[in-house]
Amino acid sequence: MAEELKLFRTWSSPYSLRVVHALKIKGLEYETIFEDLSSKSASLLQYNPVNKKVPVLVHNGKAICESLVILEYIDETWKQCPLLPRDPYEKAKARFWAKFGDEKLSSSIWNVLISQGKEQEEAIAAAVQNLKLIEEQLQEKKFFGGEKIGYLDIAFGWTANLISILEEIIDLKLVDEEKLPLLSAWMQNFSDDPVIKQCWPPRDKLVVKFQAMRESNLKTVLSQ
Amino acid sequence: MAEVAVYGAWASPLSKRVEIVLKLKGVKYEVIEEDMSNPSVWLQNYSPILKTVPVLIHEGDPVVAPNVILEYIDETWTGNPIFPQNPKDRAKARFWIKFIDEKCVPAVMLACWGREMVQQMATQEAYNCLKALEDELRGKKFFGGNNVGAVDIAAIFLALWLGVIEEINGVKLLMHDQFPLLSRWVNDILSCSIIQETLPPRDQLITYLRTHNPNSFPSGT
Repeated sequence: MAEELKLFRTWSSPYSLRVVHALKIKGLEYETIFEDLSSKSASLLQYNPVNKKVPVLVHNGKAICESLVILEYIDETWKQCPLLPRDPYEKAKARFWAKFGDEKLSSSIWNVLISQGKEQEEAIAAAVQNLKLIEEQLQEKKFFGGEKIGYLDIAFGWTANLISILEEIIDLKLVDEEKLPLLSAWMQNFSDDPVIKQCWPPRDKLVVKFQAMRESNLKTVLSQ
Repeated sequence: MAEVAVYGAWASPLSKRVEIVLKLKGVKYEVIEEDMSNPSVWLQNYSPILKTVPVLIHEGDPVVAPNVILEYIDETWTGNPIFPQNPKDRAKARFWIKFIDEKCVPAVMLACWGREMVQQMATQEAYNCLKALEDELRGKKFFGGNNVGAVDIAAIFLALWLGVIEEINGVKLLMHDQFPLLSRWVNDILSCSIIQETLPPRDQLITYLRTHNPNSFPSGT
């Protein structure tokens, strides 16, 4: 019997993109439902009544929410192309760094986007410090997962796309090839992967979106 | 150091989470008691990024972040599993643990301890969170079903710490008539002998929290 697999997502959500990456790496067929978050569908609200957010993966009628939870679900349900390490200690390390990416790293990158002047300089220093910590996890590997893309590469995947967009908007380099050589190389390797490459949202639309976010946040600060 | 050690703090719900799971699995461990406001050099070495309890040390290797520790324990000592075996149910459990740590507990803390202007909104948010958990309990004794599971252990804050901070602040959130299932769950979970023997005494916790800033507690995130 064909499995029912549906993904509720938005065109730009980096969290949704994680699920897309995982599904494609595993070679899974699925239906995409694009949501407009300003007018959420009845289906989304039914499948995720608690948080009402994307992404939601629906597998044979059952909804799984929260992108990192979905990644683990996909990995446990479809065993080909494993994403997480088998060893519990390595798994624990991967889970910790994914959380770090979502909490400390992403908020520090956000702070760079929404600040300017001296405040932005400080935000950049903090973000680069976090990026250095991430880079240390790569050691000499091509990917965080080793030779192939794994859970942590997918969890950090948003950096390979959104950091260069941020750099374009603020006209400053965050991931300097000299200061963060391994991370730079990883971003290139990740982005060049044939599965990943086909999934990026349109860059020009993303630039417009994040530019608008920067402007509206700067305006809010100025008016306080 | 013993084969398994926990850098923990007696008043921390996150530390106690780890100890409860180790006890449920019959794993012998040593506790190294930390002062949450002044982490030791050892703790900072083992957990250089978070610099906070709990940290699990297993055969010399540190595992940090409470929920990462819970999953590590469940995968390493496989008897008495606290996470469901089925991937869908496991995903649900992970979802609810994230919900408790990232939405419910912060809302409850703000509702009790926040400044007046945020308290009203936080109180509404706290009620919404408790309602979601109330609905999740429908038809079950524990969030884990018939037995205590990972979600119950994550929710232990609601069983003890919530009542304590309600009392200190003269606030009542978890009202019996509004949340009968959650209220019953609190009694049931506190009746479990392993949980009883692991949790700190209520009066000691009240005294401690009257004089210590709860925002100095390590967050679940």
